[in-house]
Amino acid sequence: MIQVDERLLERIAKDKDFNAQACFNCGTCSALCPMGLGLLPRELFRYVLLGARDRLRELSDVIFSCLLCRLCEANCPRGVRITHNIRTLRSYLVKDEYRIL
Amino acid sequence: MNTASFKEDYKKDILALLAQNLGLRGSVLPLPSRYFTSWAKGLGLHRGGEVVLYTGHMYQLVPVIRLMEEQAKELAPEKRARLARLARWINPVVNVSAFSRFMVSAAARSRYERCLQNIVLLLRLTGLEPGYLYGVEKYAGALAFDLGLDGPFGRHAARVARRLKDKGVKEIITVDPHTTEVFKNVYPKVVPGFDIRVRSYLEVLAEANIEVRLPWEEKFVFHDSCVYARYLGLIDEPRRLLEAAGVKVLEPDQSRELTHCCGGPVESLFPERAEEVARARMEQLTSLGRRIITACPICWLNLERVRDPRVEVFDISEILAAAFLGKI
Repeated sequence: MIQVDERLLERIAKDKDFNAQACFNCGTCSALCPMGLGLLPRELFRYVLLGARDRLRELSDVIFSCLLCRLCEANCPRGVRITHNIRTLRSYLVKDEYRIL
Repeated sequence: MNTASFKEDYKKDILALLAQNLGLRGSVLPLPSRYFTSWAKGLGLHRGGEVVLYTGHMYQLVPVIRLMEEQAKELAPEKRARLARLARWINPVVNVSAFSRFMVSAAARSRYERCLQNIVLLLRLTGLEPGYLYGVEKYAGALAFDLGLDGPFGRHAARVARRLKDKGVKEIITVDPHTTEVFKNVYPKVVPGFDIRVRSYLEVLAEANIEVRLPWEEKFVFHDSCVYARYLGLIDEPRRLLEAAGVKVLEPDQSRELTHCCGGPVESLFPERAEEVARARMEQLTSLGRRIITACPICWLNLERVRDPRVEVFDISEILAAAFLGKI
């Protein structure tokens, strides 16, 4: 069961640049990922939009194993700033979950 | 301890260590400043000035990272995690990274130091005489930024920017993509008023039309760095330079803006995965030839460690130096 944190998106997207809403789930990013991160970034962004905070904690390895290489971004038909979004999720985990300030 | 929890703790401990090092010692991998500056000995680089060469410590760190990787590889993941935990608690008092410098031989360092020396000599061919900040120069903080360590990174960037301003620096010439990207596109966002001009030495050289002395007339495979190609759009410059140097550039299927990563960015947290990505890329490159050119010290390090002994990996500065300076 997913516990919903209504303010998750607000907390993560403080700088308003987290443009996950633009993603229409086509899967190009996952198909191209050199790390084979099938989950990234579509489901991950969906969890943020849903407010599934626990999922982000569970998926922290995926979030931190992105190469930030932008191969997905160069091919994204919706212009989602994928690597920026991933970095934003890392910042959130580092600060709010790991308490490294 | 179950697998998931020690892995989770390992990640947190490494992140905390990097943050500590950046906060306390101004680098993610702090070593004494003479370790970072010894390459410049005898080059007659003047101290500071309006235009400075900024190494960002990347080439100097390659042999240290390589050694640390080799040591870490011999440890089981559980043991690695225990050591990271121990290091996290000791590190604020004793600089644990500093020990590694005793184990890096002068021979292991010399090739990387020579790259920096050659870059200076190449820049001089364009008529430019850059200064160097010696011990004042600090690591730019790219890894901390990428890992989302925003607090430690922001404070560090502010300190680095203040140093540059205090020294009257107006332009920095960078030697690697990560330092270039972080100064060019990240500092202006996190440090109010940061207006220092940033150029890669490859841009400077490509604009200058320098004369070739010993053309290669040979084929090499070129590997684009993700950061140069997709973050900075620096795609044609290395090719123009290599072609001017007489190199016949072989392009893998995934090249230019579609280049394939070397795996380097996940090295600090997931070394095994980094190696898998490096192997996949190496396969693409070696399908075209056995001599590969990289333009990023991190790509160089990662491809080098999965290299078959029959394959050679060069830094672009080595290839350019041989042709433009006539040095083999």
